[in-house]
Amino acid sequence: MALGSGTDLDDAQAADLLELYPNAPASRRRLRLPRSPKVIIGLALLIGFLVLAVIGPWIAPYNPAQTFSTTASFPQPPSAAHLLGTTQQQQDVLSQLLAGGRSTILVAFVAGLVATLLSVIVGVTAGYASGLGDDLLSMLANFFLVLPALPLLIVIFGFLPPSQGSDDLLIGLIIAVTGWAFGARVLRAQTLSLRTRDYVESARIVGERGWRIISFEILPNLVPILASSFLFTVLYGVGTYTALAFLGLVNPNHVSWGGMLFYAQVAGAEQSGYWWLFIPPGLAVALLGTSLALLNFGIDEFINPRLRAAGLSRRRARRAGVTAAARPPRRFVLGVTPVLRSVPPAGDDGRPR
Amino acid sequence: MSAYPAGRPLLEVSGLCVDYSAGPGAVHAVVGADLVLHRGEVLGLAGESGSGKSTLAYAITRLLRAPGMITGGSVGYYPTPGTVVDLLAAGEGTLRVLRWSQISVVMQSAMNALNPVLSIGSQLTDVLQAHRPDLDQAARQARAADLLAMVGITADRLGSYPHELSGGMRQRVMIAMALALEPQVVIMDEPTTALDVVTQREILEELMDLRERLGFAVLFITHDLSLLVEIADSIAVMYAGRLVERAAAAALFRAPRHPYTLGLLSSFPSLHGPRRRLAGIPGSPPDLRRLPAGCVFHPRCSYATDRCRTDAPALIRLDGRADATAGGGPRAAACWLQDGSASPPPELARPAPSGPPTPPAPAPTGSAPPAPDLARSQP
Amino acid sequence: MYVISRRIGFYVLTAIAAVTVIFFIPRVMPGNPVSAVLAKMQGTVVTKQTLAALQAEFGSDTREGLAGQYLHYWNDILHGNLGISTSNGMVPVTTVIRGALPWTIGLVGTATVISFVLGTLLGILVAWRRGSWLDTLLPATTFFQAAPYFFLAFLAIDLFAIRLGWFPAVGARNTLDFPAFDWTYASDVLDHAILPALTIVVASAAGWIVGMRNVMITTMDEDYVLIAQAKGLPKRRVIWYAARNAILPSISGFSLAIGFIVSGALLTEIVFSYPGLGFIMLSAVQEADYAPLQGIFLVITMAVLLANLAADFVYVFLDPRTRQEA
Repeated sequence: MALGSGTDLDDAQAADLLELYPNAPASRRRLRLPRSPKVIIGLALLIGFLVLAVIGPWIAPYNPAQTFSTTASFPQPPSAAHLLGTTQQQQDVLSQLLAGGRSTILVAFVAGLVATLLSVIVGVTAGYASGLGDDLLSMLANFFLVLPALPLLIVIFGFLPPSQGSDDLLIGLIIAVTGWAFGARVLRAQTLSLRTRDYVESARIVGERGWRIISFEILPNLVPILASSFLFTVLYGVGTYTALAFLGLVNPNHVSWGGMLFYAQVAGAEQSGYWWLFIPPGLAVALLGTSLALLNFGIDEFINPRLRAAGLSRRRARRAGVTAAARPPRRFVLGVTPVLRSVPPAGDDGRPR
Repeated sequence: MSAYPAGRPLLEVSGLCVDYSAGPGAVHAVVGADLVLHRGEVLGLAGESGSGKSTLAYAITRLLRAPGMITGGSVGYYPTPGTVVDLLAAGEGTLRVLRWSQISVVMQSAMNALNPVLSIGSQLTDVLQAHRPDLDQAARQARAADLLAMVGITADRLGSYPHELSGGMRQRVMIAMALALEPQVVIMDEPTTALDVVTQREILEELMDLRERLGFAVLFITHDLSLLVEIADSIAVMYAGRLVERAAAAALFRAPRHPYTLGLLSSFPSLHGPRRRLAGIPGSPPDLRRLPAGCVFHPRCSYATDRCRTDAPALIRLDGRADATAGGGPRAAACWLQDGSASPPPELARPAPSGPPTPPAPAPTGSAPPAPDLARSQP
Repeated sequence: MYVISRRIGFYVLTAIAAVTVIFFIPRVMPGNPVSAVLAKMQGTVVTKQTLAALQAEFGSDTREGLAGQYLHYWNDILHGNLGISTSNGMVPVTTVIRGALPWTIGLVGTATVISFVLGTLLGILVAWRRGSWLDTLLPATTFFQAAPYFFLAFLAIDLFAIRLGWFPAVGARNTLDFPAFDWTYASDVLDHAILPALTIVVASAAGWIVGMRNVMITTMDEDYVLIAQAKGLPKRRVIWYAARNAILPSISGFSLAIGFIVSGALLTEIVFSYPGLGFIMLSAVQEADYAPLQGIFLVITMAVLLANLAADFVYVFLDPRTRQEA
């Protein structure tokens, strides 16, 4: 980690961000994700959720708001008619689950897109410019970063007129305002490091204009980081929206997973064992988040090849025709080069005998 | 060039093969390397980038990083006459004891090789702590101060951090660190490449001075052949992972036997002597994954014969001849021109200068002590 | 120290900006803030006192301009006046907060520290033992990272408190007993704190584990770690060489993540009905009582800034390169 002399903590943090989100590739590599099981599962789950967001309300067996009984006052456990039981208001849980995905996913993706856009504008500009522009933009990003997001959002949504509380786009926008700062810091760190690369320097010397350099030299190399940042922000959006709905700050008539958890809390679900009220929506949120996190894992490994499985994995050894007995121990041992004798030794001419 | 006569064999590498990765995509970084390092000898390992010299050196001590792996050959270390340690079969425990106390390493970039968050004093004493449990804290501090003094740094720098020192000082600290346990072998991986020429000169002189005093052997890796000619006793030249020539330094310089060596030597302008045309070597080093058939050097060789294009030459020992000298292992070159079937061209057959009279060291067996050496003193 | 004083300057500016933001939010929202509050209070009786308090709060009764109200606001804050809480019987917000703060600091503070330490150590372990079975745990950690804090809280209560009955499900202590400085009280508090703390730790540790692991793997590739191995140092010392460097980005990450963790911890408190700031927040939201919300936001912001400052001190202490005077 090379730090210039007289560094302040801001620069140290930038260097650290490069450690946590390591260097953009020196040359443009095609964005091909490693085909690890993590990525495949994550992608499959995410696509599943996206499909659910679109068709969810249509395939729901009942109208989520429809109440089925006026006499029962307790949530009903799962039965043949209601596969996931009913809420305290006797609404079908399964229908709510299927319909609730749409708003959660929509808000999260809107938040992700807007926040990523903001972070690119602020972060890349701050990293490319230096001096006062960088200082001011960095301070702005730091400010939003330090501000605790949820309490701020609670205050904002508290004062929001109730009619606006079901406008998914608006909610996504507001959440984005609190979530762009992290991506901006990471992008700034990357841009700083890219700015000193030879091909950028030569473009500047030749006289290329700033925005052209940014668009053609810097941005393409930031794509993996951008993808990772986008996924991370969507994850943040999912969690935050669910939390806000859980607190009852979003119009409760607008069905969402967080809203379902709100009603679960109201019904005292955890105390009374009404597991079908909180496990389905909670699990749904968790799985959606997991799929995003797994994809992020994959991107991390793409960006930093060192994070991939080290040494000789079983698959690769089999392909190489190395017998099980001769394989070096699977555990990676730092500082001790393995000696592998069953690989046919190269002959004098360098080719296997 | 040093006239330091070589002692008994210390490190013997035979047929070493090192690959990166396994399977069809494997890169054969080192193929069939044979080397002998004698006590107190400076053996230079020269070659271009990608020739495998660093890979070879790190593989010897099993320090090569993943995905490197050793796929053949043997490495024997003889700490005392009569004992041998098979470095390739050694376990972690054996290696840990051997490392630094017998064989130490000096890397190219001291800024990267020194831990930035620990003081240099602590980096000097932790080795002492690990290998010399008999020393107490005060003794360790004293020894660390001595080590620094040995390389010309004052003891008040013990509490400094690497970023507070200049480049030359950092390299000196590395050298002091490498000599902390008075090892028998020091592997130096381009130790002066990153420094300016003035500092380079100073450090090399100090290094040779220390070697005179302490008597350790040096495996000196560099791409700068002219440097080796000055400080090395013997030189081994590598190309595309293979050893192509091995000789005493003076002999290599005055009487090269391999066309590649000849080409390297003709690439350096000399400051004196008649003006001559710089020859250089046409072409560029091969991609290790797509090697030419036959001799790997033949596409760039002006002496290539038909045989060179189809058969790869092994290292041919040249010590049966009158011009053979010992050091670094028997004089050898991997070239068909030297196989005795025809006379090589005159540039490759210059008479070698006569070196100090030392009989070729007998092959180490590990049980019988080596033959007594004539006219030398063990430091 | 120059480096630290720059950071302190930044934190002071941030604090000022935070107060400004919190001042302006109710005033820039569409509509009259007082009527917005009243609209949310539909169904409850609005007394004259409440109305007066609200108007005093949002300045709709004075003839001061915006600037005047702003200065007035600052004056209040610097005198420790954070307004009146209408949902808690018209007591000052500071009183409400003072009652809840110790619980939150106790729970969230210790849980965060435990989570960081545990997560970092596990991260080092997973990185060191690469290729072992530990690697298969990593995807599992993503699940815990993605699951909302309060969902984990639900699970914890359902499983450990209700079905297994190991721990109490609600509250910070047995409210029938008087607080006293004796072992019964202390163990009771501990008993109530374990589940919420566990939830917070499980939810946040995953992030540290993965982060530390990634940095360690990169660090272990550095030359000085190879030299440590070449020196024949014992394993523990080699790990120290790497970890001592890898911890630095982790601490930076800590500063960045502290806001998230605090938010999640507050939500956990709500599920457990733990009488900390989270709980106060929830009741304030439900009763449309905004003064405590603003007050809590300011308090949390200050706490996060202090935590950041502490992390900065630790960072400078650990990294000699930052100690150079500019």
